[in-house]
Amino acid sequence: MTTNDSHVLSVWSGAIRAAALFAVDPVGVGGISLRARAGPVRERWLAVLASLLPPTIPVKRVPVHVSDGRLLGGLDLAATLKAGRPVAERGLLAEADGGVIILHSAERLDSGTVARITSAMDQGKVSAARDGLAFEAVCHFGVVAMDEGVASDERPAAALVDRLAFQLELEGIRAADAVPPQGVIEKVIAARQQLAQVQANDEITTALCTAAYAMGIDSARASLLALRVACAAAALDGRGCVSEADAALAAQLVLAPRATLFPNDETQPETPPEPPPPDTEQDTADNDDQTQLNGDIPLSDMVLEAAKAAIPAGLLATLQLDRARRPSAKSSGGAGAKQKSLRHGRPLGVRRGELKSGARLNVIETLRAAAMWQPLRRREAALRLEGLSSGRRRVEVRKDDFRITRFKNQTETTTIFVVDASGSAALHRLAEAKGAVELLLADCYVRRDQVALIAFRGKAAELLLPPTRSLARAKRSLSGLPGGGGTPIAQGIDMALALAEAIRRKGHTPTVIVLTDGRANIARDGSPGRPKAEADSLAAARSLALAGVAGLVIDTSPLPAQQSERLAEAMGAVYLPLPYADAATVSRAVKATADGNRQSSLSSR
Amino acid sequence: MPALFPFSAIVGQDEMKLALLIAATDPSVGGVLVFGDRGTGKSTAVRALAGLLPPMQVVRGCRYHCDPKQKGACTHVPADAVQLVDEVAVQVVDLPLGATEDRVVGALDLERALTSGEKTFEPGLLARAHRGFLYIDEVNLLEDHLVDLLLDVAASGENVVEREGLSVRHPARFVLVGSGNPEEGELRPQLLDRFGLSVEVKTPTDLEKRIEVVRRRDAFERDTVAFLARFKKADEQIRADLKKARQRLADVRVPDSALERGARLCMALGTDGLRGELVLLRAARAFAALEGDKDVGDRHVMRVAAPALRHRLRRNPLDDAGSTVRVERAVRELFAAVEERRAV
Repeated sequence: MTTNDSHVLSVWSGAIRAAALFAVDPVGVGGISLRARAGPVRERWLAVLASLLPPTIPVKRVPVHVSDGRLLGGLDLAATLKAGRPVAERGLLAEADGGVIILHSAERLDSGTVARITSAMDQGKVSAARDGLAFEAVCHFGVVAMDEGVASDERPAAALVDRLAFQLELEGIRAADAVPPQGVIEKVIAARQQLAQVQANDEITTALCTAAYAMGIDSARASLLALRVACAAAALDGRGCVSEADAALAAQLVLAPRATLFPNDETQPETPPEPPPPDTEQDTADNDDQTQLNGDIPLSDMVLEAAKAAIPAGLLATLQLDRARRPSAKSSGGAGAKQKSLRHGRPLGVRRGELKSGARLNVIETLRAAAMWQPLRRREAALRLEGLSSGRRRVEVRKDDFRITRFKNQTETTTIFVVDASGSAALHRLAEAKGAVELLLADCYVRRDQVALIAFRGKAAELLLPPTRSLARAKRSLSGLPGGGGTPIAQGIDMALALAEAIRRKGHTPTVIVLTDGRANIARDGSPGRPKAEADSLAAARSLALAGVAGLVIDTSPLPAQQSERLAEAMGAVYLPLPYADAATVSRAVKATADGNRQSSLSSR
Repeated sequence: MPALFPFSAIVGQDEMKLALLIAATDPSVGGVLVFGDRGTGKSTAVRALAGLLPPMQVVRGCRYHCDPKQKGACTHVPADAVQLVDEVAVQVVDLPLGATEDRVVGALDLERALTSGEKTFEPGLLARAHRGFLYIDEVNLLEDHLVDLLLDVAASGENVVEREGLSVRHPARFVLVGSGNPEEGELRPQLLDRFGLSVEVKTPTDLEKRIEVVRRRDAFERDTVAFLARFKKADEQIRADLKKARQRLADVRVPDSALERGARLCMALGTDGLRGELVLLRAARAFAALEGDKDVGDRHVMRVAAPALRHRLRRNPLDDAGSTVRVERAVRELFAAVEERRAV
């Protein structure tokens, strides 16, 4: 068996381990975030999990675009109309009490839905006030969040993952290797009985907290979840006391995937460890450490060593890049999770209307409108139907009563800043360009737009900031932007186009703002030379115009230059020379561009 | 319903706890905004406050729990029944995300309208929150039309309902408490200004404290009854302090020197409007009352300066870290100058 094989097997057995631990205490350990594409491996894992969970508990699937009414509970439409009074219906979360919810495509859940789920997890109850009803219901449940993201920034919201003990990845496992385990079910059943008696002494708690601290994990939930997992592990082993091995296992499964720092070898918990220099030989160093594991090491160190060995090799490398770019940002799911459902839009209000196709009837408002007329209509009906059986207490709803909810389509604007950080621009104008962007950011803040930031210099463009509403992050990444090098305008615009299309797919409206002096000197293929570079940049600009993305070119050269004007023309964008543009002008121009966008997409259904 | 984590069992987070107690002592301070990292106990603290508040007196049978001490305020029960008094727990009303407008402001009581044709008003969350707290978790995710509505009511202290042929107005004065994670998005400036105090919570940097956080949470979940018993005394102590502070509040003097310090501080920081100064002094007074002091002194002003002012600085909305530092620097400079003058 090659080393690669053993790794794959250990990922699978780790996933089975996690499933068993989760099945012992679904509510206590919060849940599992499972990153895997749909396929036989994932199906098999889910089958294993299903076999481990008690057959009596509810397992509820929550689709991505679940409505509030279904999630939290709301009005039972059929029953309400039949009974003529509001009849409540329990939501999925309340129905899942004592069991498990499965979130499909968890990476696409919008932050509002996530907030409702996490709030129910925190409080152990679901409360809602909607549709003329107000209710509370107890609900304790574990969560399986299926993360089907492909790109590295498609992740379930950080707020959700923070509450789930396990983060599993099933990538790279062959279906043949995914064999169901033997004899685990009996153990899990016994462990569930045992769990209440399991004791963890204070040393275990201390060791887990110390390890979390040394790995730069800020959330207190991580240590608590690790403690729960250690208890479940002890129960699974049929012991009444959490052992060192349980703690080590918990640290590996719960803490290691959350590490934001690689712990120093001589761990001094009193001083926060420095971020280590990028170390390509981490793996071999780890192995050395592990061989030194002996019985005499203090428990805290042992747990930390165990966790260290389990930190995925790639994780810290990406983390270090990440941290270098934005020192205190911890969320990776936030950006992707802001996508809002087009189906809802923002309710604009309710009005009298006809039930044309696509119109959404607001039942509660309709009933309210009808309510006042009921005695009259009943009398009227009694007269009309004299002789027929009256006395049926139905609600009489007429056409005039229909109330329709109007929505404003969720056309959130995302402004993509494409900043020229090349030598020609950087030397004298980069500071001013940054100033202009900051000004525009403040504008976006007022309009609650999202922003993204692309910079180009040297030979390539770089996405400094994926779309976000956190402007503090935008500013940080902007202030850390170095200048110098060639001017690959074409690459910058190409990247903006790709991003704009991705934003459109999410149902938002992109606007591209290019800040450059227009002096392109690096062609698409990375070769230097002005003529080709300029031709490429104009071609890129034209494809942006063809895609119908609204834009603005802000000329940052000391004197207005023809190149940028030509670029603006090719882009079909507004041209604005910075030397003549004061703060207010720039802001107005952007606003006009954004508003032009918005008007075209305002609609009522 | 699941038990609440005791307030006194929350480790550290002194600024947040103080801000909540100040708001409970003097509701006119105008609410608390808690922004911070995940897993720092934001909502735990706010919900724990509910278990701590001393009961209040209400007019019996009044749906809006009017204060019997306010003469002529309650018109919701027959005039001869106004003097009957009940003692009830102060409400900490959760405004859940996804709440609809009719449930927030109140609406026509549908069941009665449909079955008996009676036109009656069914009060909403705002009515329940009157004289209590209204808590919005993840406040930065709240839908804009609800935010507008809340701003209106918070400014006027009255909920005006004009819908479905109903014309109702009822008092709705509540302490607005919001919490959220800044990474989920910014708060609209209008709503930001509406909060009297704003606190930033961070994960404790001290390992021992962190271990204690986990230890207590674990103990709470394992044996809730024993844990509640363990902290019952400490919670009762805080409740007694709070009660005393409320009684003392009216007698705490605000000397001219404190007024001047407050004004100077706000000038130095360039805060907009007078709300900052007002909140600063009210918070300082409530803090003095909590501490059992008779006068508002420099110490009180210094302690509440950051929570009262940090969100009011005229600043670049993008400047994420600067405001606390700026307030602290201004406080240091101001009080150093005062010391110098005294020495001369």
